[in-house]
Amino acid sequence: MSSEWPLWEVFIRGQHGLNHRHVGSLHAPDPEMAIRNARDVYTRRNEGVSIWVVKSADITASSPSDKGPMFEPSNSKVYRHPTFYDIPDEVGHM
Amino acid sequence: MYAQMVISEATNDDPAKLEAFQARVDANDKIEPKEWMPEGYRKTLIRQIGQHAHSEIVGQLPEGNWITRAPTLERKAILLAKVQDEAGHGLYLYCAAETLGVSRDEMTEMLLSGRMKYSSIFNYPTLTWADIGAVGWLVDGAAIMNQVPLQRTSFGPYSRAMIRICKEESFHQRQGYDIMMKMAKGTPEQKEMAQDALNRFWYPSLMMFGPSDKDSVHSAQSMAWKIKINTNDELRQKFVDQTVPQAEYLGLTIPDPDLKWNEEKGGYDFSEPDWSEFYDVLKGNGPCNRDRIEARQEAWEKGRWFRDALTAHAEKRAARRVAAE
Repeated sequence: MSSEWPLWEVFIRGQHGLNHRHVGSLHAPDPEMAIRNARDVYTRRNEGVSIWVVKSADITASSPSDKGPMFEPSNSKVYRHPTFYDIPDEVGHM
Repeated sequence: MYAQMVISEATNDDPAKLEAFQARVDANDKIEPKEWMPEGYRKTLIRQIGQHAHSEIVGQLPEGNWITRAPTLERKAILLAKVQDEAGHGLYLYCAAETLGVSRDEMTEMLLSGRMKYSSIFNYPTLTWADIGAVGWLVDGAAIMNQVPLQRTSFGPYSRAMIRICKEESFHQRQGYDIMMKMAKGTPEQKEMAQDALNRFWYPSLMMFGPSDKDSVHSAQSMAWKIKINTNDELRQKFVDQTVPQAEYLGLTIPDPDLKWNEEKGGYDFSEPDWSEFYDVLKGNGPCNRDRIEARQEAWEKGRWFRDALTAHAEKRAARRVAAE
């Protein structure tokens, strides 16, 4: 047997109730070991309260070469940001 | 450094693409794994990150040597945590290298067969407990000097690994200095041990930064690509300037009679290490080269049954899950 263990992407939820965040990846033979290894590799200093692992091969990603057309629609819509609108000082905080 | 003498690979890419790539690097864009990159950039990075990862892993050996003999239970727990961190750092870096298309097994194989290097510093022995102090203080100190600027390197996964590593690394240096403080302020014998450790680790630590820039032919391309941020001499100077006052505080003497403050340049003048020794260690003739590689080979071979068992267990469970569906 010399087949390499699959690669897993590791996501960790920090202390303060934020979203799980991608922190890195590791090799493991199965999901249980991936969680154990993730604990040792990525939470040695209290970084998390919850771990997700997912096989890297199961992730579908947008293509880097499509970056332009993919994200252009949101680029050109500045009116989606609050700073687009001028509110007079007299109105107060809004 | 942890990656010394990394040879930049030549690149035979389309000049227009190269120019666009360089413009992205110059604009401090991060380059991500699936994006286009010059072949030379990819190969140089694999070599550099791989060497860096191997250094973290092999670097566990000189320190692991003292875990069972640490003077107190607390020191033992601290050293254990530090060595565990080094394993973690190796893993972050292997993963970063893997995004460039090299597999973990290939890298392991290249380390074990001697086709890939690790830092020369780990071929020196740790003879006394004071050496553990000196390694943390000087070796990790030198590593931090190099790794802090590398947080800004152009390759995204490498930069992110460096950010994680730097966060953890300052504990390493401080615990080393803490050991040195205890030894230097202890009995005359302990102080002598601390001085002896400094004597033996000083020049090998200076060698970590690699040969002088005037002899380092591969720096220019790596610096243009921002996979190297400072020159070897810049970092070495910074390290000496930072370390001398720390040695003075300990009441220890840097083993260099020519060391003196140079008001004009605002830094210390110091003696070069013996570069012939450096090249000899790289060639495999340092005091511990053979031991280190043999220890890694043994760990790999003796761990085989366990890796195989985990794989067999995973396969059995996967088969059961399929059968149950």
